[in-house]
Amino acid sequence: MQTFDLEAQGLRNLNAALQAQSAETNQTKWEVVNAKGSHAIAVGLDAPIEVNVMGSTGYYCAGMNKQATVHVHGSAGPGVAENMMSGTVIINGDASQYAGATANGGTLIVKGNASSRCGISMKGVDIIVHGNVGHMSAFMAQSGNLVVCGDAGDALGDSIYEARLFVRGSVKSLGADCIEKEMRPEHIEILTDLLERGECDAKPEEFKRYGSARKLYNFDIDNAY
Amino acid sequence: MKDDTHSVPRTVPIQSATFSNPTNAEIRRAAATGIYDIRGGGSKRKLPHFDDLLFLGASISRYALEGYREKCDTKVVLGTRFAKKPIELDIPVTIAGMSFGALSGPAKEALGRGATMAGTSTTTGDGGMTEEERGHSTKLVYQVLPSRYGMNPDDLRRCDAIEVVVGQGAKPGGGGMLLGQKISDRVAQMRNLPKGIDQRSACRHPDWTGPDDLEIKIMELREITAWEKPIYVKIGGTRPYFDTMLAIKAGADVVVLDGMQGGTAATQDVFIEHVGLPIIACIGEAVRALQDMDLHREVQLIVSGGIRGGADVAKALAMGADAVAIGTAAMIALGDNDPRWEDEYNALGTTAGAYDDWHEGKDPAGITTQDAELMKRFDPIAGGRHLNNFLKVMTLEAQTIARACGHNHLHNLEPEDLVSLTMEAAAMTKIPLAGTQWYPGKPGTSY
Repeated sequence: MQTFDLEAQGLRNLNAALQAQSAETNQTKWEVVNAKGSHAIAVGLDAPIEVNVMGSTGYYCAGMNKQATVHVHGSAGPGVAENMMSGTVIINGDASQYAGATANGGTLIVKGNASSRCGISMKGVDIIVHGNVGHMSAFMAQSGNLVVCGDAGDALGDSIYEARLFVRGSVKSLGADCIEKEMRPEHIEILTDLLERGECDAKPEEFKRYGSARKLYNFDIDNAY
Repeated sequence: MKDDTHSVPRTVPIQSATFSNPTNAEIRRAAATGIYDIRGGGSKRKLPHFDDLLFLGASISRYALEGYREKCDTKVVLGTRFAKKPIELDIPVTIAGMSFGALSGPAKEALGRGATMAGTSTTTGDGGMTEEERGHSTKLVYQVLPSRYGMNPDDLRRCDAIEVVVGQGAKPGGGGMLLGQKISDRVAQMRNLPKGIDQRSACRHPDWTGPDDLEIKIMELREITAWEKPIYVKIGGTRPYFDTMLAIKAGADVVVLDGMQGGTAATQDVFIEHVGLPIIACIGEAVRALQDMDLHREVQLIVSGGIRGGADVAKALAMGADAVAIGTAAMIALGDNDPRWEDEYNALGTTAGAYDDWHEGKDPAGITTQDAELMKRFDPIAGGRHLNNFLKVMTLEAQTIARACGHNHLHNLEPEDLVSLTMEAAAMTKIPLAGTQWYPGKPGTSY
C-alpha cells in the first residue's frame, strides 16, 4: 500500500505518481489522505491500480479514468468520473452535479445521492446511484445505463439517444423525447447485473425503464418546441 | 377621343430595398416548407470589416524597410503563460477548428499537409481527432467541445495544444447539428451514436456552468496532460471585453476570438446573419481587456472570422492580435466552391462561390462530404500544396505591408499604422478616421 499525503506532497506530485503506473506495476494499492475537497484528484489514470481517497473530493475526481478503480471514502464534488473511458469509480457518500458526464465506459457507483445533470451526455458508461438524482440527469445521453434506486428530478433523459434509464422511485418529469418503455426480460437481465456490480440490493422488478421515443432523431419541424 | 397612353411617362419598376428579391424568395421558400434555412459558411451580408481600415505606409515620419531584402520576422509563440511546452509557429496564420464529419478525411489530411509545409498548426473540431490530421499535422490543436464527441485522454496527450471551445462567431450561444445524411459508419463510431441520425452538439458544456467552473476544468486538463500543453479558450464575438477577461481569469494561455464572419458547418441562416459581432468590433475590446489585466502579449490572442489575405492578417495584428486563424479561406484554397464544378453546383440549384449546403453531404468538390465517391475527387496532396501556397502568399503580403510601415516583425505593427475609412469602423475600432485624429466617442471631444 502506497500512502500519499495530498496536503504535504501536492496535487501535481500525486497525479504524476499515479499517471506513471503501468499494467506491470507492483504498486497496485494507493491511499490518498488529507484530500480535503481538493479538485482533480486522480485524473487521467491509465493502469489497473486501486486508489482509495480518504475523505471528500472537489471537482473532477477520477476525470478521464482508464482501468483504475478509484474509491472515494466520502462525498464527491462536481464532475466526478467525467469522460471516464473504463475502470470503476465508487463514491461512498453523495456526488455533486455532472457525475459521470460524457463518460464513455467503465462503472460509476454512487452510494448516496447524485445532484443535477448526473450522466449528462453519457456515451457508454454504467452509472448506479443508490439514492436520488437531480434535474436534467441523462440529458442527451447517448449510450450506457443509468440506474437510479431512488427518485429522479425534472426533465429526466431530455433529448436522450440510446441510453437506458432505470428508475425505482418517482420521476418528477420526463424531458423532451424521453418516454417510459417496456421492461422486457433482457432488461431485467441487464439491470440484475448492474445492481450486483453496484453493490445494491434493490430488486430489478421494482424499476421502470425509460428511453428515447426516437422522434427527435432526424430534424423535423413538427418536433420544434 | 385622343389616346395619349403612350405619351405619359410611366413609373419605372423599383425593387424594394427592404423586400428585395432574395428576401422575397426566402419568404416564399419558408411559406412553402415551414422550415427555417439551414446552411454552412459565415455571414454573407456586408458588414464592417478589415476593408474599412487602411494602412499608413512610411514617408518622412516613418522609415520603411526594403521589400524582400530586409528581414521581417513572422514567428509567433503561443502558450507562454503557464504551459511547459508552448507552440512555436513560423507564421502567425493558423488553421481554425473544422470537424471531421463536416469535412472528409482527405480534406483533414490536406489541411495537415498544407499547414505543416507552411510551419503552422491545424485544429480538430467537433468529431474528434483523425489519424489523417494527426499524422500530417506537425502541430495539432485538440478541441474540447460541448459535445465531447471523440474526446479521450489518449488524444488529449497526443495533441500539441488544447482548445476549450465556448463559442464560435457564426453562432454564439448555439450548438451544432450534423444531419443524418453525413453520418457514415466511421463518423457514427467516432461519436458513439447510431448511423444515419442527426448528431446534435450542445450549446453549453455538460460539466461546467460558468467561469469559476471553467477555471477548475482547465486545471483538470492541465493535470491530465502534466501542465505541458497550452490551453486555448475560444469565444464567439459577442461581449469580447468581459468574455476575454473571464477566459484569462479562468487560466487561458491563449484566447481565440471568432467574429461573426467566421464560418460553421451548418446552422440556421438567421443565426449566422443576426447574432454576434463583426470581428473588427471585437479585437480592440479584447486587447483592452488584456491590457487592463496587464497581460497583453503574455496571454496571446488569436482572431478569426473572415480573414482572407495578407492585408487582413496585418490589420488584425496591428490591432493587437498575436495570430489569426482561417477556416473558410482555407477551404477555398483546398478547392471548395471551385468554378470547375460549376455544372454540378448548378444541378444542386446554386453556383460556384455560393454553395453552402454542406450539411447535405453532396459537395461536388469532395471536401465537405462523407460520400466515398465524391471524396475520391479530392486529392489531399494537391490540396495541401495549394493551402501551403495560400499561406505563403498571406504571409508575404503581410510582410510587405509591415516593411512598408517600417517594421521588422509582424508583431511590431501597431494601431498607429492604421486609419479608418468609415465612421462606423472608426467608432468600432477607436482607430481615427482617415485624415483626422478623431474617432466617434473619443474622450474630450464632442460630436
